[in-house]
Amino acid sequence: MRQALAVGRKEFWQIVRDRRTLMILLFVPAFFLVLYGYALNWDIRHVRLAVMDREHNRDSRELISSFTHSTFFDIVATVTSMTDIETLMDRGEIRAALVIPEGMSRDLRSGRVAQVQVLINGDNANTAATVFGYAQAIVRGVSAQLRLGLVTGGRVPPPISAEPRIWYNPELTSTLFLVPGLIGFIVMISSVVSTSMSIVREKERGTWEQVRMAPISTVSYVVGKTIPYFAISLVSAFFIIAAAMLLFGLPMRGSWLLLLFTVSLFLAGALGTGLLVSTLVESQSLAFQVSLLISLLPTIILSGFIFPIASMPAPIRAITVVVPARYFLAALRAIVLKGVDAHVVSMELAALGVYAACVLGLASVRLGKERA
Amino acid sequence: MPAVTVRELTRRFGDFVAVDHVSFDVEQGEIFGFLGSNGAGKSTTIRMLCGLLTPTSGTALVGGIDVGRDPEGVKGRIGYMSQRFSLYELLTVEENITFFGGLYGLDDEAIVSRRNFVLDMAGLRGRERTLTQDLAGGWRQRLALGCAILHEPPILFLDEPTGGVDPVSRRQFWALINQLSQRGVTIFVTTHYLDEAEHCHRLALMQAGRIAALGTVRELKAVFSDRAVVEVRTPSPMEALRALDDVPSVEKTSLFGTALHVWLKPGERDTRPLQQRFKERGLKTESVEFVQPSLEDVFMDVVERAGGAPA
Repeated sequence: MRQALAVGRKEFWQIVRDRRTLMILLFVPAFFLVLYGYALNWDIRHVRLAVMDREHNRDSRELISSFTHSTFFDIVATVTSMTDIETLMDRGEIRAALVIPEGMSRDLRSGRVAQVQVLINGDNANTAATVFGYAQAIVRGVSAQLRLGLVTGGRVPPPISAEPRIWYNPELTSTLFLVPGLIGFIVMISSVVSTSMSIVREKERGTWEQVRMAPISTVSYVVGKTIPYFAISLVSAFFIIAAAMLLFGLPMRGSWLLLLFTVSLFLAGALGTGLLVSTLVESQSLAFQVSLLISLLPTIILSGFIFPIASMPAPIRAITVVVPARYFLAALRAIVLKGVDAHVVSMELAALGVYAACVLGLASVRLGKERA
Repeated sequence: MPAVTVRELTRRFGDFVAVDHVSFDVEQGEIFGFLGSNGAGKSTTIRMLCGLLTPTSGTALVGGIDVGRDPEGVKGRIGYMSQRFSLYELLTVEENITFFGGLYGLDDEAIVSRRNFVLDMAGLRGRERTLTQDLAGGWRQRLALGCAILHEPPILFLDEPTGGVDPVSRRQFWALINQLSQRGVTIFVTTHYLDEAEHCHRLALMQAGRIAALGTVRELKAVFSDRAVVEVRTPSPMEALRALDDVPSVEKTSLFGTALHVWLKPGERDTRPLQQRFKERGLKTESVEFVQPSLEDVFMDVVERAGGAPA
């Protein structure tokens, strides 16, 4: 125990003096949060729209005003020919165009399907899909109203109307969904990178050999080595959680204690991963690359941070089972957005615990072999 | 009982025999030098003795402990210092001492008293709060030595301890090593520097995994008791070297710094045939005189007879 303390104290002095490590642990996370927090935003508003109205009657104006009144579209041009639309689209001045053909009202009143055309710039498929969804919803709404108006001879609301209430994130801001993922991603990277470098640095500078010559058990060494990184990473994690609340309005509906426990389990796994990397490579630059690779890619792609796990193909979904960030994200979202109790996230916590135990155990075994 | 007893110690790496049935004893308080070129098996031997490497066969008792059976037990009883003076550069002098003391399990009281001892020994008083990275080589070397003996090990292993250190610091370092030896600490040291080897009480010359020669400096030099070494100083040593090729009384010649060392055959004590030959070839010489064979002469001789290349 005394030996573990000596290692821990030494490691702490080193971290505090080593600007680079301290930066990785404290400032880079906050910087990442701000950068990605503002840049990662899927909400599409104010799509620039051109309108070509060949009908020029009450029905067509009604349809156009429905587009205007939604905040999704801004009408930036009223044109009279398809060539104009092409030119505007080519120049990037509009992302979408609404074309109302002559005879729309006639078709409507004679019971035929009235056609309107929505042209969307598809160079960004994600945006196009979202814009298409908005446009379709508006057109459907208007057409339901018009049809009912024809039957009853006046303007009445539709008989069944879905009244959506979105829980936990009522405004459907993607930031609230993304920020927890961002927190997991940042915590994972900074702690894996910094711990993996710490032992490899000792190997490079030769101090590792000196430590190997000392009668200290591997467990004491690992404990001593991990504790300072754990403490600093924990501070850093809560620092960025607080920043996310201030900057992005992330709520905190659950228990702080549960959050602390969850973050701690996740950190233990991340630090264990870093230690494991350091037992496998011999140079700091390689340690940096390997830890970046194994923490960055799975945490972004396979954790449900950006791509929903439920919609992944089965083999990929199977891989996500061993990605700790997956459980951390699920638990973090549940705690901060839903305010759930521990038993609701018990499966996630157990998974994080198992992961941490496995990597720390494996790292200790590998370190023990290297020291012998 | 000797501090270190090595019997038939062998280590193989695949087909390569790095250490080949090596046997020797090191007495308590002795400064025991290990010499040899790179790859001769010095490091492998020292690593086995420190419990870092398991012997393939044979035994080594260090402080009475069998390193093959209880490598961890050995670690607590030895001090180790490598040529890299493995200190933490971002830690101060004092912090390094505290850390290594803690690593060896010393309690706070022991650390304080040993810290004072090390600071005095290494002459680091007044520099307690200096970052190790800001210390000059000599200071670092002495601090590394201090850190290696914090837990007062009876046996100290020094692996090429004076690399990259200026001559004055080297002399100071050897003075410290002598003090430790006088207090009964056994010192096992590997070195490249032949002049340093003269500080050792006994020397083992290692060549191709075997001990090619073992004895005191005097004993090793006695190999030359019946052979004289002549030092020739000349502005054109290469021509002189060739000129002596077929002089009957010459056993062999070698360059020695800027001079030429000529080893006469056993019983020969005459330099006149050499002078004669130089005159014939019209070579100028500054001096031709008998010299005491140096350790390097011994080393070259041993290595040559063992059929390897010198360091």
